Amino acid sequence: MGNLLIIAIGSALVNNVVLSQFLGLCPFLGVSKKIETAAGMGGAVIFVLTLSSFVTSLVYKFILVPTNMTYLQTIVFILVIACLVQFVEMFLKKAMPPLYNSLGVYLPLITTNCAVLGIALTNVQKEYGILEGTVNGLATAVGFTIAIVLMAGIREKIEFNDVPKAFQGFPIVLLTAGLMAIAFFGFSGII
Amino acid sequence: MLKSNTPAERLYNGMVKENPTFVLMLGMCPTLAVTTSAVNGLGMGLTTAVILMMSNMMISALRNIIPDKVRVPAYIVIVASFVTIVQFLLEGFIPSLYDALGIYIPLIVVNCIILGRAEAYASKNAVIPSIFDGIGMGLGFTIGLTCIGMVREILGAGQIFGFQVMPSSYEPLTIFILAPGAFFVLATLVAIMNKFKIGAGKPREDGSTCSKDACASCGNTACGGKMFKIGEE
Repeated sequence: MGNLLIIAIGSALVNNVVLSQFLGLCPFLGVSKKIETAAGMGGAVIFVLTLSSFVTSLVYKFILVPTNMTYLQTIVFILVIACLVQFVEMFLKKAMPPLYNSLGVYLPLITTNCAVLGIALTNVQKEYGILEGTVNGLATAVGFTIAIVLMAGIREKIEFNDVPKAFQGFPIVLLTAGLMAIAFFGFSGII
Repeated sequence: MLKSNTPAERLYNGMVKENPTFVLMLGMCPTLAVTTSAVNGLGMGLTTAVILMMSNMMISALRNIIPDKVRVPAYIVIVASFVTIVQFLLEGFIPSLYDALGIYIPLIVVNCIILGRAEAYASKNAVIPSIFDGIGMGLGFTIGLTCIGMVREILGAGQIFGFQVMPSSYEPLTIFILAPGAFFVLATLVAIMNKFKIGAGKPREDGSTCSKDACASCGNTACGGKMFKIGEE
């Protein structure tokens, strides 16, 4: 249990997926203009990343390892993730229309989110089991959500600030991200 | 003006006119993550260039065979196969680079530049121009990564390619080779380009700084969220 807690805190705060590993930067910079949309994206990422770490751990343990095909992991994982996202989208559309309406627009954007493949590969690299892998996926996604919601909150305030012309738009967002990354260094003392 | 689709024009296009790092702003994850030194930037750039060239060649050769409806999964399988091959070659022959780049080598699969070029160029053009398009774009990416890596290495360690260039009285600003430094260097770079209206800061024909052929979520970043109007209604 303590082991799982360390993995969770480590992935969510200390090694934050966006601010220290640079995975999932595109949605982080692209969809962080408003808090509601950022939270929507975060919700969709939590949903997909948890599910995909679980499924890829299963595939790795019960298909790739017994058949000695671990060298195919990159190809297999990306296909599994692409199918999974597609399947989740169809399932939500049919079974849970309200959830689909709030998360649906973000789902196609997630396939190209490198955090999803990145976590599947990290789970293998760190030799996490199925439970640890799933917890790692969930915690990483929570970390992503924390970062993107904070960023959206800051960006809503920046709107009213007098930013130098050359720094408007993309550069000021990157600078903010850099300052947030420094702030997240503060968590490195936890574990 | 160079004639279009000749090898020379493709190389010029990839390295200067549509440089993936400075003009299109694609592939930001590896750009920020592996540029802790010039050597790592160069290694990542060349690795991506090789994969881009091979996948462009293969996709272009198969462009009349792959059915339109399943083209994206087909491209992903082709790219992932080449990435796997290159990953094992690096592990076998350049283990130091393999260790330095780590998880970012398999993540080349989801690099926007590769799928973007497959969709925008290789799927519509003959094999030879596609190969040169891949080489040009790959070298353009290499130039971008090496430049950013050099800036970070000079500021963060006082070195270039491992050689000491700053006087010994210079106190290295270690933050520049850590995560926040990557954001600061890129932010400054884009601000300079905005200031002088070059590269990504240059207004396009339609007045926006938005490239339509870039792939979904990263294109959205480059467009400042204009491509998908999420939550603006």
